Amino acid sequence: METFTYYPGCTLRTKAKDLDVYARKSAEALGIALVEPENWQCCGGTYTTATNEVATKLSAVRTLMAAKDSNGLVTVCSACHNVIKQTNYDISKNEAMANKVKRYLDLEEAYKGETTVYHYLELLRDVVGFDKLKEKVVNPFKGKKIAAYYGCLLLRPSKALAMDDPENPSIMEDFIKAIGGTPVIYAQRNECCGGYITLEDKAQAAKRSSAVMDSAQSMGADMIITACPLCLYNLKKNSGSDMPVYYFTELLAEALGLKEDNNE
Amino acid sequence: MQRIGVFVCHCGTNIAATVDVKAVAEALGHEAGVVISQDYQYMCSESGQDLVKNAIKEHNLTGVVVCSCSPRMHENTFRKAAASAGLNPYLVEIANIREQCSWIHKDIASATDKAIVLGKAAVAKVHLNAPLTAGESPVVKRALVIGGGIAGIQTALDIAEAGFEVDIVEKEPTIGGKMAQIDKTFPTLDCAACILTPKMVEAAQNEKITIHSFSEVADVKGFVGNFTVTIKKKARFVDETKCTGCGLCTEKCPMKKVPNEFNMGLDNRTAVYIPFAQAVPKVATIDPNYCLMLKNGKCGVCSKVCTAGAIDYKQTDKMIEQKYGAIVVATGFNPIKPDKYDEFAYSYCPDVVTSLELERLMNAAGPNGGTLLRPSDKTHPHTIVFVQCVGSRCDDEKGKPYCSKICCMYTAKHAMLIREKYPDTEVYVFYIDVRTPGKNFDEFYRRAVEQYNVHYIKGMVGKVTPKADGKIDVQASDLLANEQLHINADMVVLATAIEPDKTARPLATMLTTQMDTNDFFTEAHPKLRPVESATAGIFLSGACQGPKDIPETVAQASAAAAKAIGLLCKNSITCNPCVAHSDELMCNGCSACEKVCPYGAITYQDKEFRMPDRSTAIRRVASVNPAVCQGCGACTVACPSGAMDLNGFSNSQIMAEVDAICK
Repeated sequence: METFTYYPGCTLRTKAKDLDVYARKSAEALGIALVEPENWQCCGGTYTTATNEVATKLSAVRTLMAAKDSNGLVTVCSACHNVIKQTNYDISKNEAMANKVKRYLDLEEAYKGETTVYHYLELLRDVVGFDKLKEKVVNPFKGKKIAAYYGCLLLRPSKALAMDDPENPSIMEDFIKAIGGTPVIYAQRNECCGGYITLEDKAQAAKRSSAVMDSAQSMGADMIITACPLCLYNLKKNSGSDMPVYYFTELLAEALGLKEDNNE
Repeated sequence: MQRIGVFVCHCGTNIAATVDVKAVAEALGHEAGVVISQDYQYMCSESGQDLVKNAIKEHNLTGVVVCSCSPRMHENTFRKAAASAGLNPYLVEIANIREQCSWIHKDIASATDKAIVLGKAAVAKVHLNAPLTAGESPVVKRALVIGGGIAGIQTALDIAEAGFEVDIVEKEPTIGGKMAQIDKTFPTLDCAACILTPKMVEAAQNEKITIHSFSEVADVKGFVGNFTVTIKKKARFVDETKCTGCGLCTEKCPMKKVPNEFNMGLDNRTAVYIPFAQAVPKVATIDPNYCLMLKNGKCGVCSKVCTAGAIDYKQTDKMIEQKYGAIVVATGFNPIKPDKYDEFAYSYCPDVVTSLELERLMNAAGPNGGTLLRPSDKTHPHTIVFVQCVGSRCDDEKGKPYCSKICCMYTAKHAMLIREKYPDTEVYVFYIDVRTPGKNFDEFYRRAVEQYNVHYIKGMVGKVTPKADGKIDVQASDLLANEQLHINADMVVLATAIEPDKTARPLATMLTTQMDTNDFFTEAHPKLRPVESATAGIFLSGACQGPKDIPETVAQASAAAAKAIGLLCKNSITCNPCVAHSDELMCNGCSACEKVCPYGAITYQDKEFRMPDRSTAIRRVASVNPAVCQGCGACTVACPSGAMDLNGFSNSQIMAEVDAICK
């Protein structure tokens, strides 16, 4: 069994428990041990607007350092992934920043981006392999038309995240194929859901998220999947659409026969 | 005793504004061996050259140092002046105090100091210069044109017209290139095929022109006037000499589902095919990726129906070797694939097409016989949106930084043709700028706007959303009205950037020519030598050098031909005497120089040497072919024993320069 460091992040402990629980269960079934570091803290997602650039990196570097000696750091939440992987990229390219962070955190030696960061989807694609995953599926989503919703954060900026082509991605569609479903390609799959604007302008968030849902539904989707808790919230609460929205890990667990309640 | 003259140029204010030229002349006048040191406003002018010539005669000079611009500019000028005054031209040295000094410094004192040091280095070198004599090498009176598009065809026709043999190497089964795929040409709207195919036929029928279609350049050796080129004639499984082009095989071939590249994959062709009706040579080609006979040995229909007996399933690639005096590169361009711009939905929506695809959709020989229909459901489109600059003028890695130049004009052409033929169709064009410099070009674009009521909107398209009802939502900004627009369109046409053909880069390596970061061939001088490459004997024709429309391509093709003819007219050319030579007594035959020589100029031979004890020994030593050597100096650096040296740039001369600078 291969062991990876697993970083859930705050939302997966509160609002997005399904994203977390099924990610762990499925990993175990796929022969991957996910080990949570002790006393982990915020990914840094709440500091991104700080004016001090070093401050935006500190939290992510703590997490990255905790995984330095493991096979890699696995994240699930789109936002955590975005912040942590971007920080890793920035720090590997900027020695001055690495040294500043070293002094702030009072480290013995500077962290220079040694950890490999995987999004859970990358873990499935690059470590497990979608072919292998396909073999382990017991409840395939046969005949189900599933729309993959990437949102804005999962793949961008593409240079730092190096996960897939942000304009014409395939990783989630390949995942859908692996669990036996039929992927639906629609124009809005990599557009914004409205994000945090829901806090101050519900109408705008409704406009964005309904555009996503309508676009997917009009192309024949039965359901939509995402890796982002905020996307899920907007698509469910603001779009006005009744098409089901799931975390991709829920479908994964169901396909692997790990979800007790199959009717959800 | 050396008698050296130093001549310091002001270059107007180019040098004199930042370098105290009088102080430079004064300082260099005190150097050992310098008998005269002068400054002058324009040393390259006739009176400036006279100054040099008179000084050579008057002071009986043994060496000349000119402190001026880069030797690339005027080294030849001063060498010629010296020669006319009776001094060996290779006893002239240039100290570059313009590009490498005055232009890059601001402080007069330090720039002057640097100019003096550069002058001292040149004086130190000229002390060691030896007179050199340039040899001559014969010119093979035959030209090679690589690429058989309109550029290559025009160049070949012009060279043949001047009476020289010329070969065209074309990688596709037919010549014609991109122009053959185009429907109409701007700004006159005449049909591309009607003006291109007569030229293709003319090339085929010209006795002086040999067309190697379905062939590639595999290797290039030699140098200006004397290139040896290996051409790979790819197996087409049809005997070119027997095939009559009747097309019976293409009718009977059972494998009919091969994407037709000539129609941009919008319809299918058979496994044995002739790209289009007017192909030259009109000879069938079998596609081994699809032919059932070649793949699994079961079929043979084409062989049975061919009355000429031209089908040959056993044909293999053939290599032919030919000598040429001049090579013209005409490898052309391709539109980029817009798959990195999926905000335009190109990869999954069949009704989003590129402009070249639209050309085929509108062409009478295209997939719809010239009726413009949506690829998805074959219905007539009522609203068409054109998006300009897709991948052009891009500051990110996805696209090209340059303007592709031809898109504004062909989009105006498309818009106009559609409005002319289908007045019920609304046409929108989204642009950043409309760029229409060229004879009758802006008038043409204005006609599209004013006469044909094409809706030109300044602004970019942000998102193309194919909808379930088959319509396409185009979201864009109108920058002049400051509005967000949603256009309910039936088709979207992307004016994709153009890029050099993929074969250009490996070819540039074979030809030892330079390319820019976009893989366009670099001309020898951007203004004054636009059709020559920096490598002697290699000329550039058409879009391989930069984006160009047809009139410009043809103009450059003829210019390249003129340059090639100029070379072929000579019986021999003067060689560069600054070539490497090996000191056989020091050479230990290690092969280090041979390995680094990019021109294959170094060979080894076993020679008999008399040893100190009067015995004889056979030793392996390097020898340089001076006709092939280009004087790059790689071997002199690689040689571990110091046996290899370069005329005009000997190790001792370079060291003398370094010593003078460091003193």
